[in-house]
Amino acid sequence: MSVQHSAAAHIHRDDVASRMGMWLFLFTELLLFGGMFILYSVYRFTHPEDFHLAAKELNTVIGTFNTAILLTSSLTMALSIAAIQRKQKTLSILFQLLTIILALGFMVNKYFEWGAKFHHGIYPGSDTLLSRPSGEILFFGLYYVMTGLHGLHVIIGVVIISFMTVFTIRDVITHDNYVKLESAGLYWHLVDIIWIFLFPLFYLIT
Amino acid sequence: MDNHTEIDTKHNHGYGVYILVWLALMALTGITVAVAGINFGKITVATALTIASIKTYLVLTIFMHLRTESKTFRVFVGVALLFLIISFILLFTDYSFIVRN
Repeated sequence: MSVQHSAAAHIHRDDVASRMGMWLFLFTELLLFGGMFILYSVYRFTHPEDFHLAAKELNTVIGTFNTAILLTSSLTMALSIAAIQRKQKTLSILFQLLTIILALGFMVNKYFEWGAKFHHGIYPGSDTLLSRPSGEILFFGLYYVMTGLHGLHVIIGVVIISFMTVFTIRDVITHDNYVKLESAGLYWHLVDIIWIFLFPLFYLIT
Repeated sequence: MDNHTEIDTKHNHGYGVYILVWLALMALTGITVAVAGINFGKITVATALTIASIKTYLVLTIFMHLRTESKTFRVFVGVALLFLIISFILLFTDYSFIVRN
């Protein structure tokens, strides 16, 4: 018993390094999206009127609603970590499930939003879109690629947080070992930050 | 070392702080949408980006725990953001010149 106990105390674990590793990964994500934001800014700079006209067609209400959903999901993610730190396992699981539900809600909204655009014949390579000025083609191309890649990140986030919920239920994640949940949280907040910039740049061009 | 980390992570925020930050983020979103309706001309984009930066700062420091993280983390994030901003600045010093001519 005492031997087991002292062995358990000496399991090598470095939470700071784990978080640092996650941050390094987030920097590569910054490069990925940063490059796209650079592309966006150059095309907006060269085609200001077309971007203005095309952006008017996006649904600002859905965009604002989705922003609120994603910000709230970031809150529930942060709260789930605060809960596990306070040994409130059930509450932590509840907050994680809430985060997943909000993320799925975000994707449902995206589905309807994209569906409406497809219905109007606006999708990459469509005849309706290709008959428009080049700036509008560029705008919608960037819109689909950037919000699409962001949506992919949301889906990956849902999968990761689902794993965290299972880990929490199985006591792999506990009040004194929750770095996995923290790292998942860091990823989720980055997805939130990217949307914080995507939202005004695509939906709110006046 | 292990004991150190444990003490480190004990230093954390309460529920109230997160809810306050969330309220601030929601309020800032409201402001962005409201302001977008008004035409400020050339500073409209700047306004939107400034508000987005404030929101990002809140998420980074509170939600992502940078405020309670060691200085190394803050330096790392700072350097990463600095290089992204540098690439934007260098690109636009070049691009605005090409377009104008």
